[in-house]
Amino acid sequence: MQHDEVIWQVIRHKHCSYMAKIETGIFCRNPYNVTGICNRSSCPLANSRYATIRDHEGVFYLYMKTIERAHMPKNLWERVKLPRNYEKALETIDKHLLYWPKLLQHKIKQRLTKMTQMRIRMRKLALKTREKIMTTPRRDIKRESRREEKAIKAAVLDKAIETELLERLKKGIYGDIYNYPELEWNKVLDEEKQVAEGVEEEEEEEPEIEYVEGYEELEEEEDMEDFSGFPSKGSGYDDDEHDSDDEEEDDDDVEEQVVIHKKGKRDSRKPDDVGKSKKKKRVVVEVEQEDGDVRQTLKTAR
Amino acid sequence: MIKNKDKRAKVYAKQKHEKKIEKQKKIKARDAAEKLALELGEEPPQKMVPKIIENTREADDTVCRPDDQELFADIDADEFNPVLRREVTPKVLITTCRFNSTRGPAFISELLSVIPNFHYHKRGTYDLKKIVEYAKKKDYTSLIVVHTNRREPDALLIIGLPNGPIAHFKLSNLVLGKDIKLFIISLQNHGNPTSHEPELVLNNFTTRLGNHFFQSLFPQEPNFRGRRVVTFHNQRDFILFRHHRYIFQTKESKQSGTKGKDGVAQERVKPRLQVRNHISFMCVWIYQFIYVGIYVQECGPRFTLKLVTLQHGTFDTKGGEFEWVHKPERDTSRRRFFL
Repeated sequence: MQHDEVIWQVIRHKHCSYMAKIETGIFCRNPYNVTGICNRSSCPLANSRYATIRDHEGVFYLYMKTIERAHMPKNLWERVKLPRNYEKALETIDKHLLYWPKLLQHKIKQRLTKMTQMRIRMRKLALKTREKIMTTPRRDIKRESRREEKAIKAAVLDKAIETELLERLKKGIYGDIYNYPELEWNKVLDEEKQVAEGVEEEEEEEPEIEYVEGYEELEEEEDMEDFSGFPSKGSGYDDDEHDSDDEEEDDDDVEEQVVIHKKGKRDSRKPDDVGKSKKKKRVVVEVEQEDGDVRQTLKTAR
Repeated sequence: MIKNKDKRAKVYAKQKHEKKIEKQKKIKARDAAEKLALELGEEPPQKMVPKIIENTREADDTVCRPDDQELFADIDADEFNPVLRREVTPKVLITTCRFNSTRGPAFISELLSVIPNFHYHKRGTYDLKKIVEYAKKKDYTSLIVVHTNRREPDALLIIGLPNGPIAHFKLSNLVLGKDIKLFIISLQNHGNPTSHEPELVLNNFTTRLGNHFFQSLFPQEPNFRGRRVVTFHNQRDFILFRHHRYIFQTKESKQSGTKGKDGVAQERVKPRLQVRNHISFMCVWIYQFIYVGIYVQECGPRFTLKLVTLQHGTFDTKGGEFEWVHKPERDTSRRRFFL
């Protein structure tokens, strides 16, 4: 026998597994519940005559339960398909729940309205693109950040950029903008003397003094006073010899010695050789300059 | 193992001591050999190179070598070509993701000042595919979408147009230009970017794609007088972006009042006095051996990127072909890098 009151008392005061208590209220998780609230009038277990609307793949069905079938749980709920059209669905509901309590009818119609609205919205959303949130496990996130830090430390970035820019200056990509032709080439010079010797023979006519116009773009002012005088060709040689470094001196000495050992003709050529040894170095420098054409024109001019 | 702890400790200490002595001996011998060689004027013995992750990188097939014929052919057929061939000046559209926050637009406005020819549009709620079409219609060469998460920009989508590849980067470690002023110590001043075309420095990109990608965002004729440089430095698959203003300095000359500060990288050159010309100073091609330094000021934002996915063709997560996807499970080796 169905005693709704008894069932309700037992469920509500002892334990109902469908009940969910949240701070905003008490809700019922039973799928057949019309309103979703845990209530004496809304509990599908405690009402022998009950009806709901449920949604199956976008189609709404009206479910009804009566006391006559209470002893047959398998055939308890009677299902009626509701038409797509909202008004027609309402009419169907009216027809089926004709002599049912007003409260139930009202609640069911409310539920239908809500579900129709939801259906419309879901369809609209499915057309739009939604962002999908991808999660990465925390282990990976941490690993990435650790590696990033180490990479930043390993890339000594300021130095790398500076060296890169200096390389570009060396290569002459900047052309005439900067007036520092010799700088890097000197370094190269010191380090690549042997290579220099191979290359020199071709460029034996390099003049010492070259006049090339630069641009006045730079802020650095290099005072005339910083330079010590304006030697001519001959004195230039002297300066070279005096100012040479230990290594270069050694080399020169070696050269000189070599020359001395050789015969007379060679002796006369000694200053040339010495000069050339200096020139050689400078020659190396010339070779690496980008403004080769300018040089050449001057050379030809001479 | 020796059971007696006391004795064991003593033996171990002795071993350690011996090892230490040996090591010191080795170092001394090495130094002595080097000194001797220098004195004699010979080549000093080869310095040992420490093994770092970069030299012990796992060999990769996709790394390009400088003379690869196939590569050159590939470059010609490359999707990025119009810009790189200087037919078209790059025009870039930059936008955000749908939900905005303050950091996103701030970052974008910084980027706008760094790179010429960037245009900013608000996102609205347009679909990404629609935005791609719109950009194509308006003749943009690339599209950048900045994605924010938790109020911080955290991903960058760079889409080359038309039909360009799409690179999805993860953004991290972002420092805005205005924060750099506080970030860097007082000695170095905060530089203000001008609007000259910047130079581009791309370090350590072994595969061509990396080079092309970033090159296509920038105009191909850098204005050297502007002395601005933008750097994309690839280190262990992390691309570090920096933006600097630089200036070359000579040490011999009077320190010009503006920027004579420390931290100058020096090219060391033996000073040697040769002055050859007494015409106006600026017009001289000096034979002077002087120190040249370069002084670099950071300005503009800095961030790191990490490639997450790379797709051919334009945006299509479901249908498009992914050329490369970052899978954390492939990260197992510390010495394997992809970029």
